[in-house]
Amino acid sequence: MKAFEVVTEPINPQIYADFVLRPEAGAVTLFTGHVREWTKGVRTLYLAYEAYVPMAEKKLAQIGREIEEKWPGAQAAIAHRIGELQISDIAVVIAVSSPHRKAAYEANEYAIERIKEIVPIWKKEIWEDGEEWIGDQKKKPEGGNQ
Amino acid sequence: MITLHYFAGLRELTGTSQEQADLAGKTVEELMEWAADKYPGIERASARVAINEEYALPADVLEDGDAAAFIPPVSGG
Repeated sequence: MKAFEVVTEPINPQIYADFVLRPEAGAVTLFTGHVREWTKGVRTLYLAYEAYVPMAEKKLAQIGREIEEKWPGAQAAIAHRIGELQISDIAVVIAVSSPHRKAAYEANEYAIERIKEIVPIWKKEIWEDGEEWIGDQKKKPEGGNQ
Repeated sequence: MITLHYFAGLRELTGTSQEQADLAGKTVEELMEWAADKYPGIERASARVAINEEYALPADVLEDGDAAAFIPPVSGG
Protein backbone atom coordinates (compact mmCIF):
# COMPACT_ATOMS: atom_id res chain seq x y z
CA MET A 1 0.00 0.00 0.00
CA LYS A 2 0.92 3.66 -0.33
CA ALA A 3 0.08 6.32 2.25
CA PHE A 4 -2.01 8.21 -0.33
CA GLU A 5 -3.57 6.07 -2.99
CA VAL A 6 -6.46 5.38 -5.33
CA VAL A 7 -7.40 1.71 -5.34
CA THR A 8 -9.75 -0.54 -7.27
CA GLU A 9 -10.07 -3.37 -4.75
CA PRO A 10 -12.09 -3.41 -1.49
CA ILE A 11 -10.45 -1.29 1.22
CA ASN A 12 -9.19 -2.79 4.47
CA PRO A 13 -9.14 0.26 6.78
CA GLN A 14 -6.95 -1.38 9.39
CA ILE A 15 -3.83 -1.24 7.22
CA TYR A 16 -4.11 2.56 7.05
CA ALA A 17 -4.59 2.84 10.83
CA ASP A 18 -1.59 0.60 11.33
CA PHE A 19 0.43 2.69 8.89
CA VAL A 20 0.01 5.94 10.85
CA LEU A 21 0.40 4.38 14.31
CA ARG A 22 3.71 5.39 15.91
CA PRO A 23 5.07 5.28 19.47
CA GLU A 24 4.49 9.03 19.86
CA ALA A 25 0.84 8.77 18.80
CA GLY A 26 -1.71 8.79 21.61
CA ALA A 27 -4.66 8.87 19.21
CA VAL A 28 -5.63 7.43 15.85
CA THR A 29 -8.88 8.48 14.19
CA LEU A 30 -10.12 6.22 11.43
CA PHE A 31 -12.89 7.50 9.16
CA THR A 32 -14.54 5.30 6.58
CA GLY A 33 -16.96 6.77 4.06
CA HIS A 34 -19.56 4.31 2.77
CA VAL A 35 -21.97 4.05 -0.14
CA ARG A 36 -25.36 5.26 1.11
CA GLU A 37 -28.55 3.75 -0.22
CA TRP A 38 -30.89 6.73 0.22
CA THR A 39 -30.05 10.34 -0.65
CA LYS A 40 -32.81 12.94 -0.38
CA GLY A 41 -35.48 10.29 -0.87
CA VAL A 42 -33.86 8.75 -3.95
CA ARG A 43 -32.67 5.17 -3.78
CA THR A 44 -29.17 4.50 -5.11
CA LEU A 45 -28.58 1.05 -6.61
CA TYR A 46 -24.80 1.41 -6.74
CA LEU A 47 -22.11 4.02 -7.39
CA ALA A 48 -19.43 4.30 -10.02
CA TYR A 49 -16.34 6.30 -9.09
CA GLU A 50 -13.81 7.60 -11.62
CA ALA A 51 -10.52 9.38 -10.93
CA TYR A 52 -7.66 11.15 -12.64
CA VAL A 53 -5.48 8.72 -10.75
CA PRO A 54 -2.00 10.27 -10.84
CA MET A 55 -3.32 13.74 -10.00
CA ALA A 56 -5.71 12.38 -7.36
CA GLU A 57 -2.85 10.64 -5.57
CA LYS A 58 -0.79 13.85 -5.70
CA LYS A 59 -3.69 15.83 -4.23
CA LEU A 60 -4.24 13.26 -1.47
CA ALA A 61 -0.55 13.58 -0.60
CA GLN A 62 -0.92 17.37 -0.63
CA ILE A 63 -3.73 17.05 1.93
CA GLY A 64 -1.38 14.94 4.04
CA ARG A 65 1.24 17.71 3.93
CA GLU A 66 -1.38 20.34 4.79
CA ILE A 67 -2.35 18.29 7.85
CA GLU A 68 1.27 18.02 8.99
CA GLU A 69 1.61 21.79 8.69
CA LYS A 70 -1.67 22.63 10.45
CA TRP A 71 -1.38 20.02 13.19
CA PRO A 72 2.33 19.48 13.91
CA GLY A 73 2.94 15.91 14.92
CA ALA A 74 -0.10 14.59 13.04
CA GLN A 75 0.32 12.04 10.26
CA ALA A 76 -2.27 10.90 7.73
CA ALA A 77 -2.93 8.08 5.30
CA ILE A 78 -5.79 8.24 2.82
CA ALA A 79 -7.19 5.83 0.24
CA HIS A 80 -10.11 6.23 -2.16
CA ARG A 81 -11.62 3.38 -4.09
CA ILE A 82 -12.84 3.74 -7.68
CA GLY A 83 -14.92 1.54 -9.97
CA GLU A 84 -18.35 0.12 -9.15
CA LEU A 85 -19.20 0.15 -5.45
CA GLN A 86 -22.22 -1.45 -3.80
CA ILE A 87 -24.31 -0.17 -0.90
CA SER A 88 -22.23 -0.04 2.33
CA ASP A 89 -18.91 -0.56 0.55
CA ILE A 90 -16.08 1.65 1.78
CA ALA A 91 -15.38 4.42 -0.73
CA VAL A 92 -12.78 6.31 1.29
CA VAL A 93 -10.64 5.73 4.36
CA ILE A 94 -8.78 8.43 6.29
CA ALA A 95 -6.46 7.52 9.14
CA VAL A 96 -4.81 10.25 11.22
CA SER A 97 -2.50 9.78 14.17
CA SER A 98 -1.38 12.49 16.56
CA PRO A 99 0.04 12.79 20.05
CA HIS A 100 -3.36 13.92 21.41
CA ARG A 101 -6.91 13.18 20.25
CA LYS A 102 -8.12 16.69 19.38
CA ALA A 103 -5.72 17.09 16.46
CA ALA A 104 -6.53 13.60 15.17
CA TYR A 105 -10.28 14.35 15.11
CA GLU A 106 -9.89 17.80 13.56
CA ALA A 107 -7.38 16.76 10.93
CA ASN A 108 -9.49 13.80 9.91
CA GLU A 109 -12.52 15.99 9.21
CA TYR A 110 -10.30 18.50 7.43
CA ALA A 111 -9.11 15.73 5.12
CA ILE A 112 -12.59 14.71 3.94
CA GLU A 113 -13.55 18.35 3.36
CA ARG A 114 -10.42 18.88 1.26
CA ILE A 115 -11.03 15.68 -0.69
CA LYS A 116 -14.39 17.10 -1.72
CA GLU A 117 -12.70 20.33 -2.87
CA ILE A 118 -9.51 19.45 -4.69
CA VAL A 119 -9.13 15.73 -5.42
CA PRO A 120 -10.14 14.81 -9.00
CA ILE A 121 -12.50 11.96 -8.21
CA TRP A 122 -16.08 11.80 -9.49
CA LYS A 123 -19.10 9.84 -8.34
CA LYS A 124 -21.93 8.68 -10.55
CA GLU A 125 -25.14 7.64 -8.81
CA ILE A 126 -27.06 4.87 -10.54
CA TRP A 127 -30.77 4.74 -9.63
CA GLU A 128 -33.60 2.49 -10.71
CA ASP A 129 -34.68 5.03 -13.32
CA GLY A 130 -31.50 6.80 -14.33
CA GLU A 131 -28.00 7.93 -13.47
CA GLU A 132 -26.05 11.14 -12.99
CA TRP A 133 -22.52 12.33 -12.37
CA ILE A 134 -22.62 14.10 -9.04
CA GLY A 135 -20.97 17.50 -9.01
CA ASP A 136 -22.31 18.26 -12.45
CA GLN A 137 -25.43 19.82 -10.91
CA LYS A 138 -23.52 23.04 -10.43
CA LYS A 139 -23.82 24.04 -14.07
CA LYS A 140 -23.69 27.72 -14.76
CA PRO A 141 -26.74 29.45 -16.24
CA GLU A 142 -27.10 29.61 -20.01
CA GLY A 143 -24.82 32.28 -21.44
CA GLY A 144 -22.49 32.25 -18.45
CA ASN A 145 -18.83 32.63 -19.18
CA GLN A 146 -16.19 30.24 -17.93
CA MET B 1 1.22 18.46 -29.26
CA ILE B 2 -0.89 18.65 -26.15
CA THR B 3 -2.59 15.61 -24.65
CA LEU B 4 -6.09 16.43 -23.44
CA HIS B 5 -7.96 14.40 -20.81
CA TYR B 6 -11.70 14.43 -20.17
CA PHE B 7 -13.37 12.91 -17.14
CA ALA B 8 -16.80 11.92 -15.85
CA GLY B 9 -19.58 13.96 -17.46
CA LEU B 10 -17.10 15.66 -19.77
CA ARG B 11 -15.86 12.30 -21.03
CA GLU B 12 -19.46 11.51 -21.92
CA LEU B 13 -20.04 14.96 -23.46
CA THR B 14 -16.95 14.78 -25.67
CA GLY B 15 -17.22 11.06 -26.35
CA THR B 16 -13.53 10.60 -25.60
CA SER B 17 -11.29 10.28 -22.58
CA GLN B 18 -8.12 11.46 -24.29
CA GLU B 19 -6.99 13.16 -27.48
CA GLN B 20 -4.07 15.05 -28.98
CA ALA B 21 -4.32 18.62 -30.25
CA ASP B 22 -1.92 21.22 -31.60
CA LEU B 23 -2.40 23.78 -28.82
CA ALA B 24 1.17 24.53 -27.72
CA GLY B 25 1.56 28.24 -27.01
CA LYS B 26 -2.12 28.71 -26.22
CA THR B 27 -3.29 29.86 -22.82
CA VAL B 28 -5.70 27.91 -20.63
CA GLU B 29 -8.34 30.49 -21.48
CA GLU B 30 -7.75 29.90 -25.19
CA LEU B 31 -7.86 26.14 -24.58
CA MET B 32 -11.32 26.57 -23.03
CA GLU B 33 -12.45 28.58 -26.06
CA TRP B 34 -11.12 25.89 -28.38
CA ALA B 35 -12.92 23.20 -26.39
CA ALA B 36 -16.18 25.18 -26.27
CA ASP B 37 -16.02 25.51 -30.05
CA LYS B 38 -15.44 21.80 -30.55
CA TYR B 39 -17.71 20.53 -27.75
CA PRO B 40 -20.57 22.97 -27.23
CA GLY B 41 -21.71 22.92 -23.62
CA ILE B 42 -18.31 22.18 -22.10
CA GLU B 43 -18.00 25.84 -21.16
CA ARG B 44 -21.00 25.49 -18.85
CA ALA B 45 -19.58 22.53 -16.94
CA SER B 46 -17.70 24.73 -14.44
CA ALA B 47 -14.58 22.74 -15.26
CA ARG B 48 -11.15 23.68 -14.01
CA VAL B 49 -8.10 22.91 -16.12
CA ALA B 50 -5.08 21.07 -14.78
CA ILE B 51 -1.74 21.15 -16.58
CA ASN B 52 0.60 18.26 -15.83
CA GLU B 53 -1.59 17.24 -12.89
CA GLU B 54 -1.70 20.65 -11.19
CA TYR B 55 -4.57 23.17 -11.29
CA ALA B 56 -3.78 25.96 -13.76
CA LEU B 57 -4.77 29.61 -14.07
CA PRO B 58 -6.51 31.08 -17.16
CA ALA B 59 -3.33 32.89 -18.25
CA ASP B 60 -1.04 29.87 -17.93
CA VAL B 61 0.50 28.85 -21.26
CA LEU B 62 0.54 25.31 -22.67
CA GLU B 63 3.90 23.94 -23.74
CA ASP B 64 4.58 21.19 -26.23
CA GLY B 65 4.24 17.81 -24.53
CA ASP B 66 2.00 19.07 -21.72
CA ALA B 67 -0.98 17.08 -20.48
CA ALA B 68 -4.07 19.22 -19.94
CA ALA B 69 -7.08 17.85 -18.12
CA PHE B 70 -10.60 19.21 -17.85
CA ILE B 71 -11.66 18.74 -14.24
CA PRO B 72 -15.41 19.04 -13.69
CA PRO B 73 -16.58 19.74 -10.11
CA VAL B 74 -15.24 16.88 -8.03
CA SER B 75 -17.43 14.58 -5.96
CA GLY B 76 -15.19 12.13 -4.16
CA GLY B 77 -15.67 10.96 -0.61
